[in-house]
Amino acid sequence: MSTRIHPVLIFFTVLIYIFLLGPLVIIFGAALSDTTYLTFPPQGLTLRWFENIWNISAFRRTIVTSLQMAFLGTFIALIIGIPAAYALNRHRVTLPASLSTLFVLPILVPEIVIGFSLLRSVTVEAGVPVWYALLIGHTLLVLPYVIRVVSASLASFDFSIEEAAISLGSPPAKTFFTIVLPNIRSGMIAAFILSFITSINDVSISLFLTGPGISTLPIQLLAHMEQFFDPTIASVSVVLMLLTILVMVIVERTLGLAIVAK
Amino acid sequence: MTQPLIIENITAHYGTTKVLENLSLSVAEGELVSLLGASGCGKTTTLRLVAGFLQPTSGTITLGPKNLTRLAAHQRDIGLVFQNYALFPHLTVRENVAFGLKQRKFGGTERLKRASAMLDRVGLAHLADRLPGELSGGQKQRVALARALVIEPPLLMFDEPLSNLDAKLRVDMRVEIRQLQRANGTTALYVTHDQEEAFSISDRVAIMHQGRIMQLDTPEVLYQKPANAFVANFVGFENLLALSVTARDGALVTAQTGDGALMTLSQDQLGAIPDRFLLATRADGLQVTTDPAAPGLTATLGLRTYLGRAYQYQAKAGALALVANGPLSQPLDQGAVVTLTPNPEQCAILAPE
Repeated sequence: MSTRIHPVLIFFTVLIYIFLLGPLVIIFGAALSDTTYLTFPPQGLTLRWFENIWNISAFRRTIVTSLQMAFLGTFIALIIGIPAAYALNRHRVTLPASLSTLFVLPILVPEIVIGFSLLRSVTVEAGVPVWYALLIGHTLLVLPYVIRVVSASLASFDFSIEEAAISLGSPPAKTFFTIVLPNIRSGMIAAFILSFITSINDVSISLFLTGPGISTLPIQLLAHMEQFFDPTIASVSVVLMLLTILVMVIVERTLGLAIVAK
Repeated sequence: MTQPLIIENITAHYGTTKVLENLSLSVAEGELVSLLGASGCGKTTTLRLVAGFLQPTSGTITLGPKNLTRLAAHQRDIGLVFQNYALFPHLTVRENVAFGLKQRKFGGTERLKRASAMLDRVGLAHLADRLPGELSGGQKQRVALARALVIEPPLLMFDEPLSNLDAKLRVDMRVEIRQLQRANGTTALYVTHDQEEAFSISDRVAIMHQGRIMQLDTPEVLYQKPANAFVANFVGFENLLALSVTARDGALVTAQTGDGALMTLSQDQLGAIPDRFLLATRADGLQVTTDPAAPGLTATLGLRTYLGRAYQYQAKAGALALVANGPLSQPLDQGAVVTLTPNPEQCAILAPE
């Protein structure tokens, strides 16, 4: 049986794709333009703006910092978030419902407020060094996503299989690793991807927590823009985009993205 | 290997709600005892207490020489079969069955050998490399059974193991469960809300209500000689008449309902009848006759329904609403005045409440 697709549907689908992808195409084009200002369509083709990222040491450093924050922050958030999500779901009946709201509160509070309060408390009051403050900020930023996504996975997890394992002689802690974790793998991978992307693209929290000599790529991008309006900005954006895609591809290749969609 | 289970004076709470009160129960070696009751009666709570997933407020649980009361769940060595099978979705059928052996530190080859032998016994050897998601409900339950049996536990427990299966499979599976349990001689505790299921496979059945055991007996005794009104009602004695004796003549006893209606009963057939008692009867235990001289209770018939083997009537004797069966040969209409004769084989004499 062949299904005929209505022309109006095709029209709107194309329109939405243009709306979603258009700006990215423009950025990509602008990054290749052989001019000293941002322009589209590109005039002449060159890769020197990509080279330029490498030549500007601030960009080199901030890419490294961004990757550190994204990987480490996500990693720490997973270590905190998975047990939290587990506890929230395992003891759903006995725990107050407000507790799970509390854990996702950072999503509801404007990031800029969180950024500012972290600056006041962690950096100014507690005197935590910039790099660590930034890591705390990024961990906090992605933690609610981890808890949310892993919780969604645990909501369909049948806790009686955990009891089955325990009754067969597996101690509770061991059961968590051999039975619970393998069955919420898809949620963990999804949480990782979402957290990584959120962290690497974050501006509002990083804006407050970056300091002398330590910054993230998006913040460096903003700083650069204030002085220069050359295609480097576009090429950095492309790099950010590619980094994100790269992580997705690696996850897809190693763990299988189909699991995430499940 | 197999051990008797003794539960003594267990009281349990959920928060501040008391769910079990001073419950005692013993299951002899190799015996299968069912806990039967409606949801919320405490049967699953009892099973979870024995499994170690809940802690009692007071009381003790022992399995053979081992005191389980404060032992961690994973050290109790009990084979457990769950209502929803609870197979490990990420492990193959064989790995599922071998899981308990792995915890018991059996070597790889020995594990494989025992798991395969057990899968053979439940007729699933050909599915050993499948994942649970690829099995039917009946096959899943067989795997769950194999997984619980392979560790050769001194006690097997079943938590409504058949309620997710269709009717035909349910009957086959319960026979299979009983055969395996018998063959291994394993002590078993079986939780169900299905009376037929409990009666058909159990050595003894405990009928539970509001956290207490109302009666613990063989299915035959429960069915014929319920000890109290609750059990009588539960096993299908639809009619419950409060009677007091007005005259005794040898074995014949004349008793009176609250309304003053009289009925005659024979102690030869029903056993000793106290001065005040409850007469519990099934619908078959009250025969409808149009003979006004027959001993029994005068009643007016209401709605008639067809059962296949008999007609069933909703009857009224004074203020009493009763259910009685009458012969197919003589359908009677609504409003007919008849006599309801107790059939002693379908009656039980109970102490008044």
